[in-house]
Amino acid sequence: MPAITTERLVRAFDERNAVDGLDLEVHEGEIYGFLGPNGAGKSTTVRMLCTLLSPTAGTAVVAGHDVARHPEQVRLRIGVALQDVALDPKQTGAELLRPQGRLYGLGRADIESRVVELGRLVDIGDALGRPIGTYSGGMRRRLDLAAALVHNPQVLFLDEPTTGLDPVSRARVWEEVRRLNDELGMTVFLTTQYLEEADELADRVGIIDAGRLVAEGTPEELKRKVGDDVIIARVDGDPASARAAVTGVFGVQGVEARGSELVITADNGSATVGPVAVALDNAGVRVRDLTLRTPTLDDVFLELTGTHIETEEIQ
Amino acid sequence: MTVLAPTPPAPGITARPAGVVHDLLAIAGRALRAVPRDVEVIVPPIFIALFFFLVNVATLQKVVEGTVGTFDIKAFQMPTAILIGVTGVSRAPALVLDVQNGYFDRLLLTPVRRTAILVGHMCADVVVSCALTIPIIVIGFIMGVRFETGPLGLLLFIAMAGLWSLAFAGFGYAIALKTGNPAAVNTSFLLFFPFLFLTSSYVPRSQLTGWLHTVSAWNPVTYLLEGLRAHTMNGWQWGDLGQAFLAIAIVGAISFSLCFAALRGRLKRG
Repeated sequence: MPAITTERLVRAFDERNAVDGLDLEVHEGEIYGFLGPNGAGKSTTVRMLCTLLSPTAGTAVVAGHDVARHPEQVRLRIGVALQDVALDPKQTGAELLRPQGRLYGLGRADIESRVVELGRLVDIGDALGRPIGTYSGGMRRRLDLAAALVHNPQVLFLDEPTTGLDPVSRARVWEEVRRLNDELGMTVFLTTQYLEEADELADRVGIIDAGRLVAEGTPEELKRKVGDDVIIARVDGDPASARAAVTGVFGVQGVEARGSELVITADNGSATVGPVAVALDNAGVRVRDLTLRTPTLDDVFLELTGTHIETEEIQ
Repeated sequence: MTVLAPTPPAPGITARPAGVVHDLLAIAGRALRAVPRDVEVIVPPIFIALFFFLVNVATLQKVVEGTVGTFDIKAFQMPTAILIGVTGVSRAPALVLDVQNGYFDRLLLTPVRRTAILVGHMCADVVVSCALTIPIIVIGFIMGVRFETGPLGLLLFIAMAGLWSLAFAGFGYAIALKTGNPAAVNTSFLLFFPFLFLTSSYVPRSQLTGWLHTVSAWNPVTYLLEGLRAHTMNGWQWGDLGQAFLAIAIVGAISFSLCFAALRGRLKRG
């Protein structure tokens, strides 16, 4: 049974469809990366799947229950860490987790043992007695994650879980997500605008743009759609003439001009990079540098939508 | 990077609906634990109530008691002070902060009954309001106020103050959930001014004249004050007490309708 299924899912705000006929199938036990730029419809999708927002049309089934008809059954089976950490800064970490456990019907002993376990799990055990207002950004994220895990959910939704985190905290959250999936078999639905995050964590990736799913597959499958290799040429002068010079070179599959860069996709990059350099030189194009690399999900996104995912680089 | 402890399995943990009582206890418990940290919620109401109590008694005592020999201005003014103290006491501003910082969404993600979120906060409000009446009553005792209805009347007096506070708090919650704006919530106390001043706060209703006498007859606080004053001045006046409870019920019905409609609206908006 799939952990999450949606069919022609729509959510409209006024006249605009933020999510526009989304069909998804997320398998049990997988990490599904939901990738897209700001405003693509990722968070709206998550809010519908976790029952905070009613769908305008279509259906969504999470952990075997329809989100519109049986939202209370869905809530028992999901854990959610939303994009903005949902914490009360005046409470201590433990004061946040205990009522959370009560609301999920856990007994007093279970709650106490769970608070200790989760404090250890997300590595904030020592800080659980301190007000949340004194926590660092990374600690708040991890506490938010702990709160989502109090009741041992079947499906965990993480809405941009590492946005705003420093690289160390980000890596720590990645580690946690991997571990929850590996050791507890938890299905993870992860939205992100970080390409590296989806690449690093997700078993499969769905790319959403303007409320529609434009591609889906494993990161490797998606990248193969672009080509086996990517050659980046940083050039001086008019990139359009440089593009014309490269188009038609043997082995070149496609050429995109991005500012002063040419992004050239090729079947066999190492065999093609030489002819590309010669073609540019023959056309009188001054090349500042030439780089050969494998495709990224951003290349996939560019190929599919004609635009980049605008996001900060992960250092 | 820090080496993390191994993930502990949680095989025995299974979520289930907690039940309405547990829902209410969890929400009210959290709200009550937050009260000592929000001293600004408690101190001003007590201070203002005591201030008006002492100043009003000092201002009016000679005038009123000189005119009507048996009239006890302290027993008359204590219910006014109580209403000043408990009206507007609510966790509605805290609920707005919960909406703003996302904690409200965290609650909505749990199986908690939606109405329990609101009612749990209101239960906490009743506890706080009842507690706030204590210092005012103690000052009243020190000044010589006595309860004509005895200890049971004292408890009923406190309960009436708590229920009134609850009925009025509905307006604050309605504004909180409708606007999500703390400043708007704080202005809800202004609603109380016409309630408080267009009535028999300072002199008995029989002494009001003209339009104010007419308006006070339509003001539910008039009947609430008369019910409270039955305890401190007249003894078990069932008619006054009944009208006081009816006044609380009418205000509560209006404010609760508004705040539960606002809750439904917020849930619908997502």
